[in-house]
Amino acid sequence: MADPIIRMVNIEKHFGSVIALAGVSVDVFPGECHCLLGDNGAGKSTFIKTMSGVHKPTSGEIFFEGAPLSFNDPRDAIEAGIATVHQHLAMIPLMSVTRNFFMGNEPTRRVLGMSFFDQKKADEITMREMKRMGINLRGPDQAVGTLSGGERQTVAISRAVHFGAKVLILDEPTSALGVRQTSNVLATIDKVRKDGIAVVFITHNVRHAMAVGDRFTVLNRGQTLGTAMRGDITPEELQDMMAGGQELATLEGSLGGTV
Amino acid sequence: MADTATDERVKEISPLRRALIRPELGGIVGTVAVFTFFLLFAFDSGMFNSQGVLNWSIVSAQFMIIAVGACLLMIAGEFDLSVGSMIGFAGMMIAIFSVTLGWPVWMAILITFALCIAIGALNGVIVIRTGLPSFIVTLAFLFILRGFTIFLPQVLERKTIIGGVRDVAEGDWLAWLFGGKILNGLFVWLGDMGLIATFSRGTRAGQPVVDGIPMLIVWAIVLIIFGHVLLTKTKFGNWIFAAGGDAEAARNSGVPVNRVKILMFMFTAFCATVFATCQVMEFGSAGADRGLLKEFEAIIAVVIGGALLTGGYGSVIGAALGALIFGVVQQGLFFAGVESSLFRVFLGVILLAAVILNTYIRRIITGER
Repeated sequence: MADPIIRMVNIEKHFGSVIALAGVSVDVFPGECHCLLGDNGAGKSTFIKTMSGVHKPTSGEIFFEGAPLSFNDPRDAIEAGIATVHQHLAMIPLMSVTRNFFMGNEPTRRVLGMSFFDQKKADEITMREMKRMGINLRGPDQAVGTLSGGERQTVAISRAVHFGAKVLILDEPTSALGVRQTSNVLATIDKVRKDGIAVVFITHNVRHAMAVGDRFTVLNRGQTLGTAMRGDITPEELQDMMAGGQELATLEGSLGGTV
Repeated sequence: MADTATDERVKEISPLRRALIRPELGGIVGTVAVFTFFLLFAFDSGMFNSQGVLNWSIVSAQFMIIAVGACLLMIAGEFDLSVGSMIGFAGMMIAIFSVTLGWPVWMAILITFALCIAIGALNGVIVIRTGLPSFIVTLAFLFILRGFTIFLPQVLERKTIIGGVRDVAEGDWLAWLFGGKILNGLFVWLGDMGLIATFSRGTRAGQPVVDGIPMLIVWAIVLIIFGHVLLTKTKFGNWIFAAGGDAEAARNSGVPVNRVKILMFMFTAFCATVFATCQVMEFGSAGADRGLLKEFEAIIAVVIGGALLTGGYGSVIGAALGALIFGVVQQGLFFAGVESSLFRVFLGVILLAAVILNTYIRRIITGER
C-alpha cells in the first residue's frame, strides 16, 4: 500500500480539565474508507474537528502527505484538500441544486470587463456530477428542498469531491436516513473511494460501517481500542468494543441481537 | 435508482405549475389586475394621458428605489426599519449642509451619501456583532435618526422645514443628476406631433405639459436593473441568497456572510439617500416629517414581489412590480375619485394576500407539506 495521506499520531485534546482525546492515532490511505466508530461522547466529533482544523490538538502530530502540518482554521484544511460533510448539511433548501453546488465557489465569466456567474457552465457541471452519483434531477434549477435526505448527502459529497477533496470526512451521514437512502449514500461512498479519495466515515452503526469500510477504528472514552482490517473482525466484536465491554452483551441477548 | 434514466416517483411538473413557482408571480398578477381595473374604471379621468402617466410613474419610481434596497436586504435575511427615518435625515442633512452652512450642493450631496451609507454600515455591524435581530436594531435607528431630523433644524434654523434648496442647487452638476429631466427634445417633438398634451395658453404655449423624464425615474430603472443583475447573474447574488437562506450553511461553504449582510445594509441606506436627494431637489426643501412610514411601504412592495420575510428567496423584478402596484393604486384611487384613506385598506388586504401566496409557493418549491 502507498503512504497514508493523513496520519494523526498520539492526538490529545483537553478542554480545560476534561480530557476529550487521550492519545489517538489513526492513519488514512488514499482510496480507502476508514470507519471511525464510537458511541456518543466517545470523542469522534472532537477527533474529526481536530482533523479538519476546527480544534488545535493539545499535543500530538498531524502528517498530511508525509509532511507535518498544523491548521490554524478550517479554511487551511479545506485548502489542503480535507473536506468535511457535516451531519447538518451545508445546503440551503430554497436554492437550486446548482446554486448550492457552487455556493462559495461560483464559476464566473467576464463580459465587458465585469464578472458574472457562469450559469451555463455551473448547470452543466452540476447535471454531470449528479448523474455520475446516480441522482436524476428534473433540472439544475430544482430546489434542494425537494431532494431526500440521502440525495442531499450525495450532493454534499459530490460537491466536496468536485472541489478537490483528497480526504473526505463524513460525520454520521447515515444517522438520520431510511434504509433505501442509506444504501444510496453508502453506494456514493463506494464510488468516491474508487476515485482514490480517502474517506473517513464516522458512524455508530456497525452495519453501515461493515458495508463499506476497509478498516475500522473504535474510539471509546477518548482512546482508540485499535484499528482492525476488514475480515479480521466481526460486527459483534466491533459492537462490543464500542460499548466498552461486556455490559451490552446481556442487554443484546434480551433484545435479540438487533442493537 | 442508480443508473435508470428517470425516477418514477418524480412527477413531471406541468409548465403551468412551473410558471407559477416564480417569485414574481404575485407581482405580475397584481400588476395586470390593477391596470385592468383602472383602465376599465378610470380611463377617462386623465390617468392615462401624459401627465397622468407621469404622475403615477413618479410615485411608483419612489417606491421602487427604496424597494430595491429593501428587497436585496430581505433576501440576505435582514430588515431595515430605519429607511423612512433615513430618508428624512438624508434630506435634512443636504438642506443643512447646502442652505444653512452654505456648502456647494454637490459637496452637500456627497457628504450626505457618505454619512448615510456609514450609518447603514453601522446598522449592519451592530446586527452582526450583537447577533440581535435587525428588526430591533433598525427600530432603534428609526427613532434615533428621526429624532436628529427634528432636532437639528430646530437648533440651527428654529423651524422644521428648510427651504431654498432649489435656489442654491441651480446649475449644480450633481444636483441635476437627482432633480433634472432627460429626453426634453423627444417630448417637445411628441408635443409638436400632437401625440401628447401641450400648453395652449400662457408663456409656455406650444410646449409640452410633460417636458421630460425626471431623473427619479431614471434612478429607479437603473437601480432595478442593477439589483436584478447583481442578484441573479453574479457570484455575489448567490451569496445574498445563501446568506439569507441559511447563514450557518453559507459560512460552512466559505461565503463571507457578514460582509454580504453589511454591504446590503449599506446599499439600503444608499437607496434611501437617492430617494431623499431626488425628493429634496424636486420640492426644493427638506422637512422633518419626510419619509414617514416608507420603511413599511418598501417592505410591503418587496413582499408583494414574492420575497419571503424569512430571507433567502425573492426577486428584484417582483419588488419593482410591487412598487408599481403601489404607485398606480395610490394615484389611481385619486383619479377615480375614491376616498384616499381606502388606499390603506387596500394595502393591508394585498399584503395579507401576498404573504399567503408566498407561503404557498414556498411549500411547492421545497416540497414541504
